[in-house]
Amino acid sequence: MSTEAYEIVKKARSSGRYTGIDFIKGIFNHFFELHGDRRYADDSAVIGGVAYLDNMPVTVIAIEKGHNARERMQRLFGAPNPEGYRKALRLMKQAEKFKRPVICFVDTSGAYCGIGAEERGQGLAIAENLCEMMTLKTPVISVLIGEGGSGGALALSVADRVYMLENAVYSVISPEGCASILWKDSSRAAEAAECLRLTAKDALKLGVIEGIVSESNMDTPEFFSGLKDKLAADIKTLRADRQLLDKRYNRFRAFGRTE
Amino acid sequence: MPILDFLYKPKNELEKGGRAVAPIQADQGEPERTCPNCHKAIPISRIWSNAHTCTCGYHFRMSARQRISFIADKGSFSEMFSDVTSNDPLGFDGYKQKLETVRAASNENEAVICGTASIGGTKCMLFVMEPNFMMGSMGSAVGERITRSFEYATKKKLPVVGYTVSGGARMQEGLISLMQMAKTSGAVKRHSDAGLFYLTVLTDPTTGGVTASFAMEGDIILAEPGATVGFAGARVIEQTTRKTLPKGFQKSEFLLEHGFADALAPRRYQKSLVSMLLKMHCGGDEL
Repeated sequence: MSTEAYEIVKKARSSGRYTGIDFIKGIFNHFFELHGDRRYADDSAVIGGVAYLDNMPVTVIAIEKGHNARERMQRLFGAPNPEGYRKALRLMKQAEKFKRPVICFVDTSGAYCGIGAEERGQGLAIAENLCEMMTLKTPVISVLIGEGGSGGALALSVADRVYMLENAVYSVISPEGCASILWKDSSRAAEAAECLRLTAKDALKLGVIEGIVSESNMDTPEFFSGLKDKLAADIKTLRADRQLLDKRYNRFRAFGRTE
Repeated sequence: MPILDFLYKPKNELEKGGRAVAPIQADQGEPERTCPNCHKAIPISRIWSNAHTCTCGYHFRMSARQRISFIADKGSFSEMFSDVTSNDPLGFDGYKQKLETVRAASNENEAVICGTASIGGTKCMLFVMEPNFMMGSMGSAVGERITRSFEYATKKKLPVVGYTVSGGARMQEGLISLMQMAKTSGAVKRHSDAGLFYLTVLTDPTTGGVTASFAMEGDIILAEPGATVGFAGARVIEQTTRKTLPKGFQKSEFLLEHGFADALAPRRYQKSLVSMLLKMHCGGDEL
């Protein structure tokens, strides 16, 4: 049995989708990649650097899944280790210093799950990103381009504006994981996907995202140029905003607010 | 001089090390619990009088109310935000029913209890998570209560002491529960930027979204001995990496070894340790 939501999950995971690199190539000019978290290593699942958005220098951070099996192995299937989040944080702090806006592209099934990741403090790395992004004195925009898996995705999505592609998903747990915990049966993932409300439409209804990016013209160059214009316009309004940080705090403060 | 030691006779009971105290006699038929560490059966009253620890050093789980009476000065705790409860934001199948069952079973209405208290004479904001309420999972109400606690503490310039127990984000509330990670972190950051002190005590088990947010954001992080603390679950890691996990993986001692906790806090002197740290950061006067 399959459900509408689970079909979207499959699309979000499919290997034919644009990955982080494609978005960087499609939208920005003169991208220069920066490596390493300056503490332990360089994480291959997270790409970051400086680039021009039209004539404006910006910091771009993307989680990269890879297009084929070999690339995917090398990129750890887009599951960042703590180093990846620390690299992202380093670049964001740098962006704050040089007053560059930050644009993140998120596509991960979740933070990397392994012995080394735990030894180097996966939980702390994400927690630090959440804290620091909340008070980053520069505009932050996140675009979820494929899978938005739990804390691993949130660690790059504490932003002033969050967008999702039409067939992207954003969820607290994978439908398989949810089904196996709740019903002890991971084959009921399709049902779980329906319950979790993880599609872009649901996220918009819940107010978790600001807008949906249509995928209807994904094969044409207008797709990227449209997204580029949207980002540029947003940055312009966000830069002029004097209450940026208060608004960002209240954006997240609103979820589950009862006062 | 061993020969003299051998001949030496103590003059009174005190020199012998005091009068022998008769061990607490358990009532006949009193329920017992078996310690998972040393496999001895211990009468419940003995566990309770010993701050929920076994003589071998094993720390049993404590409910939130038990912890509050253990850590807060007598009668100083006043609960806040108890009216904040989860409703079912997604309309998740079976969640409402589950909440009702858990509320009846645990006698609590949410997985965290917040309030002001004094610990060793220092006034602070205290939040304690409840393992018997869906394993302390963080839904919108838990996030809201903790956020409000930090906001209140920031306003009143109080330090925060937090006991974490959690299986992570509450999946029945989907994205809303994920957003609680960012929301609570934001409140912690504001509290921290105001120059105020935040102490976390990690207890068994602290995992998932709570580890990746307010549990790890303390100025000082203490961990109870033997507690499981990590981001991904051990079983999940074993299944995905197909490697056997090292002994003591994700235990408090492992955390200490890798530099993610400041110290272990055995219950025997936990209260004095927490009081001392609070005084050091907020008291001003000497201990």
